[in-house]
Order: sequence, then C-alpha cells, then structure tokens
Amino acid sequence: MSVRQFSLRVNGVEHRVTAPPMARLLDVLRHDLGLTGTKEGCGEGECGSCSVMLNGELINSCLMPLAQADGATIVTIEGVCGHGRLNRVQRAFLECGGAQCGICTPGMILATLHLLDRHPCPTQDQIQEGLNGNLCRCTGYMRIFAAAEKAANSDSGAIK
Amino acid sequence: MQSERIVGKPVFRKEGLAKVLGSARYIDDISLPGMIFGATVRSAVPRGRVLSIEYGTGIPWDEFTVVTAKDIPGHNYVALISNDWPCLADGFVNHPQEPILLLGHPDRHLLPLAVAAIKIEYEELPSVHSIEESESGKPVVWGEDNILKSYSLEKGDVDAAFREPGILIVEGEYMTGAQEHLYIENNGAIAAYSELEGVTFWGSLQCPFYAHKALIAVTGLPEDKVRVIQVETGGAFGGKEDYPSMIGAHAALLAIKSGRPVKLIYDRMEDMAATTKRHPSRARHRTAVTKDGKLLAADIEFCLDGGAYSTLSSTVLSRATIHSGGAYYWPNIRVRSKAYATNTPPHGAFRGFGAPQALFATERQMDRVAKAVGLTPEEFRRRNLLRTGETTSTGQEIRQQIDLPGWMERALDYAGYYEKKARFNRQNPDSLRKKGIGFAVFLHGAGFTGSGERYLNSLVGVDATADGRIRVLVSSTEFGQGTNTILCQIAAESLGVDYDVVEMAPADTRIVPNSGPTVASRTAMVVGRLVHSAARGLKQTLIASGLLAGTYTTIELQNAARAYIARYGGLCSMSRYEAPPDVYWDDQKYYGEAYAAFAWAAYVAEVTVDLTTYSVTVDDFVALQEVGRVLNPVLATGQIEGGVAQAIGYALYEKVAWDRGLMRNNQMTNYIIPTSQDISKIRVYFEEVPFEFGAYGAKGIGELPIDGPAPAILNAIAHATGEEFNAIPLLPEDIAERLASRAPVAREMAAV
Amino acid sequence: MRSYPADYDLIVPGQLDSVLQLLHDEAGQWTPIAGGTEIMVLYGAGKLAARKLVSISLPDLSQIVEDGDSISIGGGCSFTQIRHHSGIQKHFPLLAQCAAWTGGIANQNRGTIGGNLANASPAADSPPALFAYAAELELISVRGTRRIPYEQFHLGYKKTALAPDELIRAVVLPKRFEKALRYGRKVGSRNAQAISKICVAATGSLRQGRVEEIRIGMGSVAPTPLRLLRTEKVLLGAAPNAATIAEARRVLSSESTPIDDIRSTASYRTLVAGNLLEEMLRVFAGASS
Repeated sequence: MSVRQFSLRVNGVEHRVTAPPMARLLDVLRHDLGLTGTKEGCGEGECGSCSVMLNGELINSCLMPLAQADGATIVTIEGVCGHGRLNRVQRAFLECGGAQCGICTPGMILATLHLLDRHPCPTQDQIQEGLNGNLCRCTGYMRIFAAAEKAANSDSGAIK
Repeated sequence: MQSERIVGKPVFRKEGLAKVLGSARYIDDISLPGMIFGATVRSAVPRGRVLSIEYGTGIPWDEFTVVTAKDIPGHNYVALISNDWPCLADGFVNHPQEPILLLGHPDRHLLPLAVAAIKIEYEELPSVHSIEESESGKPVVWGEDNILKSYSLEKGDVDAAFREPGILIVEGEYMTGAQEHLYIENNGAIAAYSELEGVTFWGSLQCPFYAHKALIAVTGLPEDKVRVIQVETGGAFGGKEDYPSMIGAHAALLAIKSGRPVKLIYDRMEDMAATTKRHPSRARHRTAVTKDGKLLAADIEFCLDGGAYSTLSSTVLSRATIHSGGAYYWPNIRVRSKAYATNTPPHGAFRGFGAPQALFATERQMDRVAKAVGLTPEEFRRRNLLRTGETTSTGQEIRQQIDLPGWMERALDYAGYYEKKARFNRQNPDSLRKKGIGFAVFLHGAGFTGSGERYLNSLVGVDATADGRIRVLVSSTEFGQGTNTILCQIAAESLGVDYDVVEMAPADTRIVPNSGPTVASRTAMVVGRLVHSAARGLKQTLIASGLLAGTYTTIELQNAARAYIARYGGLCSMSRYEAPPDVYWDDQKYYGEAYAAFAWAAYVAEVTVDLTTYSVTVDDFVALQEVGRVLNPVLATGQIEGGVAQAIGYALYEKVAWDRGLMRNNQMTNYIIPTSQDISKIRVYFEEVPFEFGAYGAKGIGELPIDGPAPAILNAIAHATGEEFNAIPLLPEDIAERLASRAPVAREMAAV
Repeated sequence: MRSYPADYDLIVPGQLDSVLQLLHDEAGQWTPIAGGTEIMVLYGAGKLAARKLVSISLPDLSQIVEDGDSISIGGGCSFTQIRHHSGIQKHFPLLAQCAAWTGGIANQNRGTIGGNLANASPAADSPPALFAYAAELELISVRGTRRIPYEQFHLGYKKTALAPDELIRAVVLPKRFEKALRYGRKVGSRNAQAISKICVAATGSLRQGRVEEIRIGMGSVAPTPLRLLRTEKVLLGAAPNAATIAEARRVLSSESTPIDDIRSTASYRTLVAGNLLEEMLRVFAGASS
C-alpha cells in the first residue's frame, strides 16, 4: 500500500514515476516532474486551472489518480508550443489580453485547444461552452472569447 | 497629448509571454533547498477561551515544529491600522478559523492529518453575528460598545431641509452581503530566516511594504533584517492587501523556530473560510426631494459588519461614507456611519472598498425617489447630477470639466435604452420572461482619501543597469491589472525609448522604494505620474552630462546610460510625491477635498427575469466611463469587463452561507461565481478628460467597474418585474418568495 | 489536498472478470472507482472513507451498442460519449441534453453514467431522462447479469439495489420514444458546473388534446431521483389547462419532499417544480397542435 512504478508520456517525453497509485496526476506533474505550469486552484474539479490533455481529452488533473493515468499520453501547457514558437492560441491570448493575472491561463489555453480540435470554426455558444469548466476571476471572459475566436481565424497552416 | 508612441497603445502585457507559456512562477511553483511545509490550526468556535490543546495519536509529533503565541519574538499583532489583530490567538478566540497554532513538517501531505489530530477544548462564550446583533451590545465583543469606528459627515442644514414645506420624503433600507474574492490562486507564502539575512518573505501579495512593517512588529527584527519579495500573484482584488501580513508572519515564525525555509499555502477550503471578505453593509436612506424633483437633503445611516478585529474597517467605512452621496449635488447631506464588530473572520479590502456598498444603496434609492416624484430615472438624474463648479457631499468643488448628463445619455444611447424600455413595456405583460433595463450613474475617488497620499509620501525610481536596461523601481505590484505594462509604457514614453528595453525591477523591499500600496486605484494616476517624472529626470541627467544629445534613438540612450554608469557608478532618478495644490481635507469634520480626482461612469444593464425559475440573466451590459486617459486600451477594457463580471456575481450569484461566523459553502462548487456561459455581452466605452495631475492625464479605474453594476441590475429588475428588491445577493429564491406572495401574475397566457 | 496518498491503494486489474471476482472474494474491501469525479473530490477534501480502490475504467463497460430495439450504454461510458452519440441524440435527445448539462467539459470527459447512478445523488442530471425513457439497468456480478427497471434501483438516500459486489454493466433504453413529445430542463445556480436545484425530464403524447402517455422524472425533490407516478396519474387523460395544472401542482407537492440545503430551499423547489410542470404541459400542447 505505498508506491509503485507508473509510466507517463508527457509532452512527448517518456517518464517513469515511482509514487503511490492514488497520487493526484496534478501533484505528479508539478512535484515529481517539475512541470509547474499546471496549477491548483480548488482541488475539486471546478476551476479548471489544473486542466491538461490526457489521451487527447481535456481533464482536471486534480481529480485523476496516477494509477488510472498509467501509460497515458499527456500534454501540459509546457508542451503546447513547438520549436520555441508560440502556439496560435498562445499568440491570440497575448494579442487579445486573454491573460491578466495568468493563473487560469494554462488551463484556459488547453481548454481552448481542446475546443478548436473539435470545433475548428466555433460559434460564440460553442466557445462559451467549451470553456465552461475553466473559471476566470480577472477578465470576465470577454478577452478570452476574443482570443479563442482569433485563434480559430488565424492561418490554419500556423504553428500548433 | 494624443501623439504618444506607446502610451495609449495596446502594447503586449509586459509579463504576458511568461503567462501564456506557463512559465510564470507563482508562490507554489517555487521551492527552496531544505524547505519544509506549514499548516495552521484554527478555532472551531466563534468566541471563547481555549482550555486545552491535545496532540492526538498517530502523528510523529517529535518531527514537527510547533509555534504558539508564546513563540512570537516581537508583538503578537499583525500591524495594519490599529494593532488589535492577533497574529496567533493567545488563550482567547474571537472568530471561527482564528489561527491558534502553526505546524511545520517536511512531508506536505502529513500536515492536514496533523491538523485534524489536534483536539482543542474551548469554554464557549456568547457571540454576535450580524450588524443588528452587534448593535444590541449583547454581548460586547470589542471595545466598549462593539463599534470599531464611526464617522459623521454633514453639509448644510439637513434638519431644516427636512422641515421644508411641500417636499416629499422617501425612505429606504438597503443591504449587501459578504463577498469572497475567489482569486484563482490561494494565499501562499515562503519564508526563510538566518541570523545574517534576517527574515525573507516571498509571497502572493499586493503591498510588500505593508508586509514589511507587519513582519518587523512580529519578529522584533530591525528594518534592514526583514525583506519582502512579491512573486507572480494570481489575482488579489484587495484580498492580498492585508491578509499576506498574516500568512507571511506565520511562515516567518515557523522559519525562525524550525531553522528551515517554510512554505505555507492555503487550500481553497481554508482560504475561503479563514481569510478576509468584503464587508456586509446596511444603509438607511431618508431623502427629501422637491415636487419638481430637485434633491434637497439626505440623511443617511450607514453600517458595516467589520468582523472580529478592526483591520481596515476604518478606511472602508471612510470611503463608504464619502461615496454615499453618489454623483449628485446635495445642498444638504448628513451621513452617519459605523463599523460594527462581529465574531466573524475580519472583513477586509475588496475592490471598491466600501464604495460598492454605498453606491448600491444610493443608486437604488435614487431610482425610487424618481418614481416617487413621478419622473423617469433619467430625467431625475438630469436634474440632480453634479456639474462642474458644484460641490460634493464633502464640500469638494468639482474643478474638472464633467458632463454627467451627457455621458449618461451616451450610455443610454449605446444601450438602446429608450427603444428597449418601450418594447419591454409592451411585451412583458404577455410573457413569462420579463425583460428590464436599468442603469446607474456613479463615481469613484481615485487615490487615498484626503491627506492619505501625503501620508504615504510615495517614492519612485527609474534607473539604468550596467548593460543598458532601464528599470522602473516601485513597490507597486502586478496581479493582473496591468501595473507592469502601464508603468513601463509611461517610462518608455517619457524617456523616448522602445517599450521593450524597459522592465520592472523585482518588487523586493531591498531593491525598490516605497511607492505606497497597490490599492485605491492609485497606481496609474499617482505612481504612474511619479514614474513619468523620474524617467524625465533620468533623461535630463543624461543630457546634462553631455553623454546624450537632445534627440536620440533607443540605442543611443542605452549607450549613454552605460557610459554614465561606467563614469559615475550608477544612474538612478528618484521622484517623490507632491500633493496637487489647493488640496485641503479636514479629518475631524470629514470635509474638503476627499480625492484628487474622481472617475465617472454610467452603466446600463439589460436583464431577463424568468418567471418559471425566477433566475435573472444579464443579456447586455454597457459600461461607459470617463477615466482621464486610457493608457492601454486592451488592458483598460479588460479591467472594466472583469470588474463588471465580478459585480454581476456580487449582485446575482455570490452568497456566503454563514453559520455563526463559519462559511459553510467554502468550496467552489457551492460558492457561485459566473462561468463562461453566464456572461453575455459587456460593451465598454471610454471618455477622456485628461486629469492634470495624473500620468498622461490618467485617473484610476481599477475599482470603478465594480461600483455600478449591482444597482444597475436591480434597477433593471425593478423595471422588469415591478418589484423593488433592495438587498444583494439577489437569488432566484428571494425573487420567488417575493413574487409568489404577491397576487399571481397572470399565468394564463399564450401558448409557448 | 487533505488526504495522505500512501494510505490508499488503487489497483487496475484491467479486465471486468478480474474486477468482479475481486469484489466477490474480498467483499466489502474494495471500492470501485470509474471516472473519479466524485471520489477524488472527497479524497481531496480528506473525506474519503474507503482506503482500497479498484479501477472500473474497463473497455467492457465503455461501449455504446445500438440495435433495432434499443441502445445499451455501458456503465463506464462518459457523458462526453453519451452526448455525442448520434443514436442517443436521435432516439434519446433528453439524455444527450442531460449529459451536456453535467458539470463542465472536462468533467464530462471523465464522469461515467454508471458512476453517476451508483453515487445515487438525488440531484444527478441524468436520472430524470432515464425515467422518461423507461430505462432498465443491467447489473453484473460473478453470479451473472440481472436486469431491473430503473424505478427499482434507488432504495433510499444514497442506497441502491446494487449488491456489494455488483456493478452497473449497462443502461438499456428501448427505442420507442422517437415520436414522443419531450421536455427537459435543469435549474441550477448558474449555466454550467452547477449541481441542480431541480431538474426534470419528461416524454409523453397527447391525443385529441388529452394526455395519452406521460413519464416524468425529477431530481432534487426527494432523497432519490424521483419518477412522478402520482402526478402522471393525474395528468393521464386530462387536457393541459389551468385546472389540470393546479391539480398537478397539488399532487406534485404531495409526492415530492424537497428540502432546504446549501443550494436552495424547499419552498423554491416546490414552486419551481410546479412551474416546470406547467411549462412542460405548455410545450406538449404547443408541439402537438
């Protein structure tokens, strides 16, 4: 009843993690792997600041036990930009003022990517729904909607 | 004025790249070698004596550092205004969640189990939990009479005015509830101690020098042995103005006793239950108005619930008192205000700082007065809004060119107010979804009240480094509102260099001067202006030295700076606050120039009240404000939108469920703020009447947007339903209770 | 995070048979965990009593199988799977809607229908639709499979008909509601991420202006999700008019027992429940005219 070995593929890199099976994926990312871009805002799956992609799906990493993530492919905010260039969503957040204090931003960017994967040309309703698990207290969401729309409209051949 | 290269432009947020990359480092992202973790053991009762503390079984207590009040080397208070806020309870507690003990241990996960294993016995004593209970004095829990602070403001002859013949008198009582800041990043601190360095406190905070002062008092260390460093802060809204002094002191005490660096981070449940909230309020208005709708007098009684200790209640009450007059000309006005102690965790600073509470009451009252006199809300306001040359409730003459009726009209126009009002009136009788449109006209005084800015005596620097970077040296912090960006814009503009070569010096009390706290909508206006003059001073120094010509490129200035430093060892220009002339404030009579400048606004809310569920949605919102100068349109718009959203929460969603001082709904699932699917349209418009003593004409805007939406929304609900609601948060349950008790609205109606 | 991770075990056998065997052999010792959106919240709050958990994220439980007569939704299917399944959208649109109302996007990706039903919150979003669509549950253990109507699943507050070693294998919905009138509404404190204050789903038909068939499910008005059998009886054969509505409200009040809790009040729930019934009848009347 203490620790076992698990494997995770995080941002394209294979990791072997030795930890209790009920370690939260959030804690494994932040403490075992040193990827502190994913944040803890509530620990109850409400704020979305811990959002990551797991096997292509947006999840709250504070609610994911390590043992159930064994063998999964995970993308965190650190893995979103490629080759030192900004992802179009990151660029749009910068241009539109989508980040104020920035604490919700990593989760919000992941959620936006998840949305655009499924709805490349999202309507306003789809944008609002796609981000409904990510709380922001600073922006009132308006600049974030603008960023999502801008990212959707930016050249599809751009960096991803 | 409008020919600036950088000021007024939507340049990127200075620290924005790190934020979108996820590389910005907040307090819980930081670790120090040898660091242990801290936790707080808190009172389970609202008031009483601590009889015993038992350390339960199953925990290796010998591995723990334990800190009690007895371990405090300096004073057992968290210095703020009065010194009645204990750092750790010493045998007596005055609110649930009051800190009693601190624990330290290397295993972060063990701490919550250790906290749960401690059993404390109390002798519980009677407590008070509302303004009414505290007023009764049964029992007295603070001072002689539970009154933390009181003010009395009077202009003209109010009693005589109320005796005038032929006037109408309108009375109303208005209540606002507590509001939780809900910054998405919880409070957190890291502290380290060594004999050589003293105490260093890294924190998520707004005011490094407030924490500096508090740590000096608690540790007993000299000023140069206490160092406070602000790290990237994930939202604050006032909740990290006062509270960080407490958590920082706790981390420091653990660091001193354990000899290790200590990280102390609250989880969401603890942060919500234990830290400060917006003061609940009760306002009683009596308004005397002539039959043709001219305001004659106001007699206002205003009360705040301050919680168990005085903390910032005196200043919140002060601002509420002064803002109770709203944006109107009062020939006669009296405001008597009191802050009451209750056995609740102390309430504290929250964006708006007394103005949202006061203006909620005033703007609701004005709509009701208009109705009583038989005028539309807009006509009533046209007849009574302040004009240039008139005086406010503190006798302050409005010297700026203002056009409140014009701005109001413009906002109404953008909102389609007249057409919508008529259309909703026509359509509502046949619909179960009642639409309404309402508005508020209001103001927010920027900067510290009265002589406050003189007292702060802010000092700002702009320097150059040996490699030619330009730095802004201020203790003003970034927590999302754009401090870094606008101050660098101002410095770059003033110096005539590119935005990219200017950066902020770390907000470290060892490096930066005290430019005052990052509060009160003062950063752009007051601190920005000092940055401007300090930058100008630096430029003048370089030119006077002969190293820089009258016109130059960015590179040339950087080269000149490097050369200057090589020659003289350093290059730094400081600028000290100077009060604008003709500023006079009487702290006793509460009379005179309360604020250097006011920002003005007219906000319009369009709502739907669904009579099936009694829920209210805000379908469209127009926010128009006069702010002096917009320094960065994207950031400024974001500030307004964010403030409006927070105020929509304040009005319609955010209720703290109290159980004798304990917050029962201290989880995000039960304390409701709007999600992305709850905010429709917020349309932002700016007017600019440059303020001569603000940076590039700017006044403060951080708090203004949270002052107006709540009354605008409730005014709209009154239009939609014909019912006057006078307390917030206004939940569907409240609306249901009121509407169900009235004669049934025709539910027989056209199908679907 | 108030729990000590090393105090807990979570095993992932990966095969349904192994899981069922374990639940039988070590009865009462292992708590099944599916998507974790309930259990992990308790865990984070330091309130999870269970110490040994077994993962039931299993391929055998995560299929949606459609044939001519019915759709069988594996207990391990996520709300995302359910809301996006074209067959469910077509034949059981109320359920697709309830799935879309559950939590937020990330929680829908992990939360499962089986986990949701086994958790047995009276405020759950999907149960009303299961009543409206005459759902049956397939329960499985080492002893085999058994089927029960959903009405027999909830026995009391957070008590279900599941044996200690049983799992929900599938939710089976009969494809006979394609032409039915339908109505569904969730009332929460906000538009997303809200536990319902009250939620309702109903299917039915009218003939010659009178209610011919009706099935109504409602949440948050009783210790369990509720099928409004008495209210349905009152509505059967009646025309949707003011008298019917008044009577239906009265009977609804008698068969529902809403409470005051952290989210809402009994009086609000009673009033709004009646309003929703009225809205439902109006929708039905309008749709069939």
